[in-house]
Amino acid sequence: MNFLTIFRFRSLRGLLCLVFSVLTFISLQLNEINDHALNPFMVIIIAAVSLALFVNRQQGIFLLSICFAALFYGVWSVLSLIHSLNADTIIGLDVWLFVSALWFLTWHNLVQLSAIKTKDKFMELFLTVVIPLLFGSWIFFLWEVITIGMSVPQVLLPSPSLIWQVFDGAGATLLADFNQTFVRSAIPGFIMGSGAGFIIAIAADKTPFLQRGLIPIGNFFSAIPVVGIAPIMIMWFGFDWQSKAAVVAIMTFFPMLVNTLVGLNETDKIDRDLLHTYATNYWRELLSLRLPNAMPFILNALKINSTLAMIGAIVAEFFGTPIVGMGFRISAEVGRMNIDMVWATIAIAALTGSIFYGVFALLERKLTFWHPSMRKS
Amino acid sequence: MNESSSSKASQSTIIDISNLYLTFETQTEPVHALSDVNLQVNSGDFLSFIGPSGCGKTTLLRVIADLEKPTSGTISVEGQSPHEARLNRSYGYVFQTPALLPWRNVESNIHLPLEVSGYSKHEQKKLSQHYLSLVGLSGFEKKYPWQLSGGMQQRVSIARALSFDPGMLLMDEPFGALDEITRDRLNEELLRLWQETQKTVVFVTHSIPEAVFLSNKIVVMSDRPGKIIDIIETNFPKDRTFDIRETPEFLEASQRVREALKEGHNDGS
Amino acid sequence: MMEANRIFNNLISGSVGPVMILVTIIIMVWYAGAVYLNSSFLIDRYEKNNVNWSFSELASDSWSMERPVLPSPHQVAKELKRTIWDKKITSKHSLVFHSRVTLSSAMLGFVMGTFLGIGLSVGIVYVSALDRTLMPWIIASQTIPILAIAPMIIVVLGSIGIVGLFPKATISTYLCFFPVVVGMVKGLRSPDKILLDLMNSYSASKAQVFWKLRIPASMPFLFASLKIAIALSIVGAIVAELPAGAQGGLGARLLSGSYYGQTSLIWAALITASVISATLVSVVGRMERLINNRMGLQT
Repeated sequence: MNFLTIFRFRSLRGLLCLVFSVLTFISLQLNEINDHALNPFMVIIIAAVSLALFVNRQQGIFLLSICFAALFYGVWSVLSLIHSLNADTIIGLDVWLFVSALWFLTWHNLVQLSAIKTKDKFMELFLTVVIPLLFGSWIFFLWEVITIGMSVPQVLLPSPSLIWQVFDGAGATLLADFNQTFVRSAIPGFIMGSGAGFIIAIAADKTPFLQRGLIPIGNFFSAIPVVGIAPIMIMWFGFDWQSKAAVVAIMTFFPMLVNTLVGLNETDKIDRDLLHTYATNYWRELLSLRLPNAMPFILNALKINSTLAMIGAIVAEFFGTPIVGMGFRISAEVGRMNIDMVWATIAIAALTGSIFYGVFALLERKLTFWHPSMRKS
Repeated sequence: MNESSSSKASQSTIIDISNLYLTFETQTEPVHALSDVNLQVNSGDFLSFIGPSGCGKTTLLRVIADLEKPTSGTISVEGQSPHEARLNRSYGYVFQTPALLPWRNVESNIHLPLEVSGYSKHEQKKLSQHYLSLVGLSGFEKKYPWQLSGGMQQRVSIARALSFDPGMLLMDEPFGALDEITRDRLNEELLRLWQETQKTVVFVTHSIPEAVFLSNKIVVMSDRPGKIIDIIETNFPKDRTFDIRETPEFLEASQRVREALKEGHNDGS
Repeated sequence: MMEANRIFNNLISGSVGPVMILVTIIIMVWYAGAVYLNSSFLIDRYEKNNVNWSFSELASDSWSMERPVLPSPHQVAKELKRTIWDKKITSKHSLVFHSRVTLSSAMLGFVMGTFLGIGLSVGIVYVSALDRTLMPWIIASQTIPILAIAPMIIVVLGSIGIVGLFPKATISTYLCFFPVVVGMVKGLRSPDKILLDLMNSYSASKAQVFWKLRIPASMPFLFASLKIAIALSIVGAIVAELPAGAQGGLGARLLSGSYYGQTSLIWAALITASVISATLVSVVGRMERLINNRMGLQT
C-alpha cells in the first residue's frame, strides 16, 4: 500500500510507457543491427517524454501536445517500418515492446483528454469527436501492425491498407452494390415498413380493442427472426430488390407499430383532462398532445429501424439475388476468398449504417429536445 | 359592507347544484364520492372547497368542469349543462400540477387553448402578451416550462386558463405543491387577479389560512361520503393584503372553519 | 347470462380476448392469402388440362398443394407435427434436434454477451475515459451488419480450425452485448444523487455503493435489456447457421427449405423459431417479476 501511494500523484501510465520504451531500447541493442529496425533515437524520445510524464505533477496543455507529437511520430515510424518489410517477415520483439509503450502513451493521452472539463460548446463537440476517433485510429493501427507484422494470411484478415486499396480498384462495383442494396432495397423498405407501422398504429389507436390486441402480437412478431422470411419473400416477389424491400418493410413494420402504440398511450391523464376542458376534438388532441408525446418513441423506432433496414437488405440477399448487391458481394467474395473486397463492403455498410442512424439521432435531438433524457443537465 | 350589498344586487347564480350524488363503481365496493350536495355559486364569488383529502372536493370541481359525470342530481353551469358549458369554453381550469406541454414554450403553451378555439395568430400573440404580463412573466415567452421554477410554471398555467377570457376559473389545489413563501405570494397575486378580472373563482384547497384569506365563501366538506357540512361567508375587503391574517376577524373565521372540519370528522367516524 | 356477459367483458377488456380475435383474423387472412398466392399456378394447370373448376375446388386445391407459394396453416401444422412428434429427436429431420442446436449456441452467446455487456458497462460507469472513448464505438459497432458478415466469420474461423458451437455463439454474443451495455449504463447511473449522498454519509466504500445501491437500482434496466438480448441471440444463432454446409439448426433448415422450394418446411422452422423466441422472452419476463417481487418493486 505504501509503495503504491507514492505513485498515486504520478502517472502510472507514464511509468509503464517508460518501462516499455527502455525495454525496447535494450532489445534493440541485443539484436543484430539490420536495415529494418526501429530508430533508437526515436525510442529515446518516447522514453524521455514518458519520463517527463512520470516525473511531472502538472499535466498541462504543453506537455499534452508534446505527448501527441511523440505519439504520432512513433506511430508513423512503426507504420513505415512494417511497410518496408518483405512479405513474409515477422516483426521482432522490439517492435511489440515499442507498440506497447505507444499504447500506454495513447492511453495517457486519452485519459488526459477525457479529464478536460469545458463549458465551450465547440470545444466539447471537438472532444466528443476526437477522443473516440483517437481510440478508433489506435485500433486500426494495431490491426495494421498485427496483420502485416505477423504476416496474417490475407484470407483470414486483410490489413486496413489493403482494404483501402479496394476502393480504388473496385469503386464502380462497390457503388453499384450500394445502389442496389441501400438505395433500392433498404430505403424503400424502410419507408414502407415504418410508414405502414405508423399509419396502422394511428388507425388502431382509435379502437382500444385493436390496441390491446396489437401490442402483444406486435411484440411477438418483433421477437421473431424476421430474416427467416427472406426465402419466402424471394418466392413471392422474385430475386430482385422488390423481395429485399419486402423483407425490410416487414422487419421495420413491427418496431414502429409497437413503439407508436405505446407512445400514443404515454400521455398523462392530467394533460388529457386539460384538452378535455378546451372541448378539443379527437384529431386536435392527437396532433397537439398525443403525437408530440409519442415522438421520443417514434424516433426510437426510426433509430432501431435504420439499423434493421441495412441488416435486412443485406441478409435477404444471401437467399438469392441478381449478381449485384452488398449481401451478394459478401457471400460471393467469401467463396472466392477475396476477403479484402468483403471487408471493403462491410466498411461501406457500416459507414452507411452509421450515417443513416446518425440522421435519426440528430433528428431526435432536434425534435425531442424537451424530453428529460435529452435536456442538458 | 357597502360594497358587498351593492354587488349583491348584480349577483346572479352561475353554478347551481342540487341533490347531487356521485358513486364510483370499483372492483370491491362502490365509493360514495359525493352525497346530497346542494350549492349555489354566484357570479363574482371566490368560493373555496375545503376538507380532508378524499372528501370529494376535487371530484365536485371535476363535476362542474364536466370531467366527471354525476350519478344523480342536477347541476347547471351558466344556465347550461356542464357538458354544454365545457363545449362553450366557459371556464378555465388550473390543475394541481402545471400540466404544461414540455415541447411548447411558455408563449405557445398559452396559445394552445386559443388555437383550439380558433383565434387568429395575431390575437393569440396579443392575448398571451397581455396575460403573461398580468401574471408577471413578461420576457419569459420563449422559455420552455422545464426551464422555469414550480411557481413560475403554475403562473403560466393560470395565464393559460385566463387567456381565452372565460367567466369562471376552476382551480384544483393549484399551489399545493409549492413552498409556503411562493404560495403566499401567488395567493396575493390571485386575489389581485380576481379583483381585476371580476371572474368567478372556484378553488379547492386543504389549507385553512389559504381558504379564509382568498374566499368570500368557504364550503367545508367531510369525507366518506363526501358532503357539504357548512358554508361560511366572510366579509373582508376585496383589496385585502396579508396583514388581515393578524386581525381578530380572520382568526375567528379560521376558527369557524376549523370547528366545522372537526365536526365533520366526528360525524364521519 | 349475466355471468357469461361478465366473462365476455373481462376477456375483451384484457388483452387475451383481443389477441385471440386478432390471431383468428390473421389465420383467416392466411387462408385467403394462400388461395390468392397459389391460385395463378393452379389456374394455369387447370387451363392446360382443360379442367372445369369452381372456386371451392380452387380453394381446397390451393390449401393442399405439394409445393405451394404459401402453405396453408394446417399444412404447416402437419409439417410441425411430422417433424416434432413423429421423428426421433436424434434424427436429422427432427425440428427438436435442430432447435436444440440453435438453442445451445444462442444460449452460450446470450450468457457471454450478458457478461461482456455488464463488464463493459461497469467500466464505462466507473472510468470516465472509457465512457468517452468506448461508448461511441459500441454504438458504431452495431451499425456493422454483423448478421450480414456472420457467415463469413463462421467460414474464416472454421478455416483456422475454430468450429462448432463457439463461432456461432460469438455472433449471438455480438448482438446481445449491445442492449445490455446500453441498459446497464443507464441502470447503474439511475440511482438518485440523494441516495448516493446517503451512501456517502455512511462512508460506504465504492464496492458497497456498487453492490448495495447501483446493482439493485439497475435491475429493471437489466431485465428490459435481457428481453431484447435473448430474442437477438436466437436471430444471431439462426443467421450463423446460414452458410452452406451447416450441420444443423433452424437456420440450416430455413436454407434447405428455400433451396428445395419446400415452403411448409420454411414456415415450420420459422414458427418454431418464433415460439422459442417468445418463450425465452417470457421466461426472462417471469424472472424479472420474481426478482422485482423479491425487491418489493411493482411490475
